Amino acid sequence: MNAIILSAILGVVLMFSGIFFPNKATVRNIANIGMLLLLVANLAEQNGHVFFHINTNDLLSFSKFGLLFNSIAIGSTLFYMLLSGRDIEKVGINVAEYFALIFFVLCGVAIVSCYNSLLMLFIGIEIISIPLYILTGSDKRNLKSNEASLKYFLMGTFSTGIMLMGITLIYGAKGSFRLDEIGYVINAGREVWFATGLLLLLISMAFKVSAAPFHFWTPDVYDGAPTVFTSFMATIVKAAAFIGFLRLFETIFPTSTYDWKLILAVIIAATLFIGNVSAVFQQSVKRMLAYSSIAQAGFMLFALFSRNDMSREGIILYTLGYSLATIGIFAVLIKLKDYTFDGFNGLARTQPVLAATATVFLLSLAGIPLTIGFFAKYFMLASAVKSGAHLWLVFFAVLCAVVSVYYYFRVIQSMYFKEGFAETEEVQPVFRWLLVLLAGAIVVLGIFPNLILQYMYF
Amino acid sequence: MPINYYIFTALALFSIGIIGVLTRRNAIIIFMCIELMLNAVNLLLVAFSKMQLEDMNRGILKIANNGTDAQLFVFFIMVVAAAEVTVGLAIIVMMYRNTHSVDVNFLNRLKN
Repeated sequence: MNAIILSAILGVVLMFSGIFFPNKATVRNIANIGMLLLLVANLAEQNGHVFFHINTNDLLSFSKFGLLFNSIAIGSTLFYMLLSGRDIEKVGINVAEYFALIFFVLCGVAIVSCYNSLLMLFIGIEIISIPLYILTGSDKRNLKSNEASLKYFLMGTFSTGIMLMGITLIYGAKGSFRLDEIGYVINAGREVWFATGLLLLLISMAFKVSAAPFHFWTPDVYDGAPTVFTSFMATIVKAAAFIGFLRLFETIFPTSTYDWKLILAVIIAATLFIGNVSAVFQQSVKRMLAYSSIAQAGFMLFALFSRNDMSREGIILYTLGYSLATIGIFAVLIKLKDYTFDGFNGLARTQPVLAATATVFLLSLAGIPLTIGFFAKYFMLASAVKSGAHLWLVFFAVLCAVVSVYYYFRVIQSMYFKEGFAETEEVQPVFRWLLVLLAGAIVVLGIFPNLILQYMYF
Repeated sequence: MPINYYIFTALALFSIGIIGVLTRRNAIIIFMCIELMLNAVNLLLVAFSKMQLEDMNRGILKIANNGTDAQLFVFFIMVVAAAEVTVGLAIIVMMYRNTHSVDVNFLNRLKN
């Protein structure tokens, strides 16, 4: 509750700060302090200090799991704003509004991680999506940004329409929007409505997390949006959609009599295949990262597939590891003048710190041991083995992970082993230290994943 | 009137919306079709709300909300749809200023 209310208030505060403080640096500092406050408030709620006692009539239910995810999302956003705050200022003139929209997105994230009613799922997803349409199109003079924004908007609202139809059919079958009530209402005559509703809900959520075959908007939108906002969309927002999706699969999908595991297995296989194989053929690193985010979504879908203790731990680790690594690699990418693979040539000589940290981020994305990405992938695959169904999928995922090593290592190869002079924008010393801190966090969590996982239980 | 009439009307509207989104090329018309989908859902929600109330009166359903929460849901959909209209039209206008067209066939710069 703390995170939902405070993020909405802070968003409004930032909108007004744009009027009162013409200096961009002041606005950025207010945003950073606000994000820190939000993180503290959410950590306080994790330890049992709720500031706002509001009767939500069971529309929301706050679990340790949801609150821990909120902390991860807010913490990642804090890192993101510290790293890329100066680049957000360069996108356009309405700096305060960009920060305000980021806070509103976090409000949606906090709702999606803790909903207990399909109404709240719908509202949370919309609160996340609508600010993102604006952020995608924030580079107003750039045709690519316009196009990405329009495409994202049309796809996003279309999938919202499908989601609403799904929710409506579920309501028609069960007479309730509450996740805990839907389970025990049994109405044999309307089981078909329920199954159709679930299928539509599955399709629309697959749209939101960009799982194949509903992924086609992702590369275009991620490529066209200003790079700073691509970083935000690909990490925190995507992770939140996964947490919402997971909650659906833990509560109402098992109550249906149909076999959802097979459909999900096909979706996972298609997502892994399309994401990894398309990423291999890209020339632009930004577009490669867009496809790699589809591929990583395939791994995150394993949590929905296996649904046990291990997969819950796995998705927390995965969202954290994926968010941190992707934020880091995007922060490095923003600093480069040329986004193609050749643009990275010789970065190790011109900017050794950037190259070294980028290597750690890429290793984590590829899932090499000693980074958090390894444990994340390990937990996901182990949970699928533990659940026992469709073991071929695990082998297929390992093969795809091997393919992914190729395109991640291509960047490392460009940085260290190719001749060239990678042009970068001016890099602040603080930025370097933050990158080192981020890389350090990835390595430390890769050795001791329990540092995060313990909060799920205590 | 039997509930089936409402269900068929709503599903027909929803299908028209989906077909429109998939076949038309004008951004404004696509947007109108999306609105049609949302309104089909609104109609169906209200119809289902009445149906659930009757089910409750006959003792089939045992959930204590009288089917009213579906009608509340309709208001939320309307509000969210209004927010989407403001953002969506702004995006379309922004597109029009740069390309002097609202044809989505223009949206192919990102492909290569």
